[in-house]
Amino acid sequence: MFEKTGIASFEMVMSKFPSAERINKGKVAVAECYKCIPCNPCEDACGFNAIKVGEDINQMPVVDPDACIGCGRCVSGCPGLAIILVDGSISEESVDIYMPYEFLPLPEKGETVKALDRAGKHVCDGTVIAVDNKASNDRTPVIRVRVPRAELYNVRNIALKGEEA
Amino acid sequence: MRIDNHPILTFDRGEKVTIYYNGDPIPAYRGETIAAALHAAGIRVLGHSIELHRPRGFYCAIGNCSSCMMVVNGVPNVKTCITEVEDGMRVELQEGKGVIK
Amino acid sequence: MRSCELLVVGGGPAGLCAAINAAKAGAHVIVLERNPSIGGQLVKQTHMFFGSRKQHASTRGIDIVGILESEIAAMGDKIEILASTTALGIYEDGVVTAMHREDKYVKFKPQAIVVATGACEKALAFENNDLPGIYGAGAVQTLMNVYGVSVGDSVVMVGAGNIGLIVSYQLMQAGVNVKCILDAAPRIGGYLVHASKVARMGVPILTGHTVKRAIGREKLEAVEIVELDERFKEIPGTESIVETDTLCISVGLAPLTELLHMAGCKMRFVGQLGGLVPLKNDELMTSVDGLFVAGDTSGVEEASAAMVEGRIAGLCAAKKLGYVAEDFEEELSDLKAQLEALRSGPAGKHIRDGIAHTALDVEAQYV
Repeated sequence: MFEKTGIASFEMVMSKFPSAERINKGKVAVAECYKCIPCNPCEDACGFNAIKVGEDINQMPVVDPDACIGCGRCVSGCPGLAIILVDGSISEESVDIYMPYEFLPLPEKGETVKALDRAGKHVCDGTVIAVDNKASNDRTPVIRVRVPRAELYNVRNIALKGEEA
Repeated sequence: MRIDNHPILTFDRGEKVTIYYNGDPIPAYRGETIAAALHAAGIRVLGHSIELHRPRGFYCAIGNCSSCMMVVNGVPNVKTCITEVEDGMRVELQEGKGVIK
Repeated sequence: MRSCELLVVGGGPAGLCAAINAAKAGAHVIVLERNPSIGGQLVKQTHMFFGSRKQHASTRGIDIVGILESEIAAMGDKIEILASTTALGIYEDGVVTAMHREDKYVKFKPQAIVVATGACEKALAFENNDLPGIYGAGAVQTLMNVYGVSVGDSVVMVGAGNIGLIVSYQLMQAGVNVKCILDAAPRIGGYLVHASKVARMGVPILTGHTVKRAIGREKLEAVEIVELDERFKEIPGTESIVETDTLCISVGLAPLTELLHMAGCKMRFVGQLGGLVPLKNDELMTSVDGLFVAGDTSGVEEASAAMVEGRIAGLCAAKKLGYVAEDFEEELSDLKAQLEALRSGPAGKHIRDGIAHTALDVEAQYV
């Protein structure tokens, strides 16, 4: 199905997420790269040797969740916008997801936004905790959104209220 | 329609000029092509074909396909997708092959 | 008539990289560019490039132009750029003719040539495909990203290759409603990370679908789409009407090879590379002595590969002129390794299959 729609299945998504235990310790990168393409800037972006593509740049990136500190440099550096950060250490009820978002207008801190899944469907509301648009992100802002814990594996995008989901 | 806010790009438009499309003034910016200025004004039909007189718009925007030819300052067969606007330029729909005066 | 050492036709990623490497080796280079400014299609690529650091991965195409411009500036008068100058022909005696703007005819007598003329968009046959409002995807990208003019209110995209997917995403960035992306093939042809980017914006990618006809009188008002079976036959009863004022066609590119035909280069039709392409040796020289090719002209692939090919062609054309770079062997093998890396994965299979048919030394098998 993925090759027909571009929408990854739940099993595929789960194969890229680290353990719940790791997620609950704090921010960690999830590289949603499901097909081999010639590309390795994520490996270069990482200052902690936590992402490996290897000699053959056609291999998929592998994140070492123990080495990853969740700095997020790979999130804005990935040409496929395929990397997010997840953080399960916030509270029992909610998790934070950091997603690249190259659209205007940008949401504002504190704003309630629609949280969308991988098919662009509105699954829940989220609260914008931070909008990181520093110069080194090179026009790929990273939006930190707080959503209910149950939606950890589903949320992958946002839309502003009033925009079509 | 012109794009004013863009997440990646900023558009440094040149000096504002006026071109005339079949006599009607159309705002344009120096440095942009005739087809871009007409499109910004919502004009999509640039001419009519030689035999069946079907409407023609642009197709490739890089000067390859010849679908965008118009009469510019009286000269027919000008590729408007690669020809930049000039103040006061008269642009007209081209019917068929155009007429060389 | 101007005599010169190396003439590069085309100031896009391949041509500029060829000029830079040839100049670095010591050659004097003239670059002919038909547009008023250089950069080719890079000037509208707002997305970050793939590949690895050596091909400026993670940098946006629009910013790569600036990087190449500063490399050119560093070469001083070794590289001369002639913009608004369109090459018209390459003749038997090696003379290249060109038109500067609309009225100045110029002639060159180069000792070597790199043709890097790129590619053009293919068209698609369907009823009413000539209505205004039906545009090539690259045309829409030019209008929107170079001139800041939006094409319309809504778009139906035909083609889920990289260009179709990327332009769909860029249309959304410009505030245009992308209604759906169609592709006749049963699977998405472009990189799936690009597909996922538009899918999570809620845009349906309809594989196994195509446009049956366009509807409208003076301009496009709607399109009729239809589902296809595995043999690309329309499935009756699956037709539906989608209202839209813009239809984008992104069904592939064809190499621009007119100059190569005229020069007498041996050509072959290679579907995987987009059409008729020149045969060449591993230094990217064609069957015409001293005539090199680089980029989409010699087979359509990503701009990253076009830049590497340009560097190879520049290096080898300079060598042909007697300027052998000090580290020639080392650099050539590094560049070849870069191409190998870009092409070696599953995404590069069609390129590898295609290139296998373009080597000058395998030509004997086909005669």
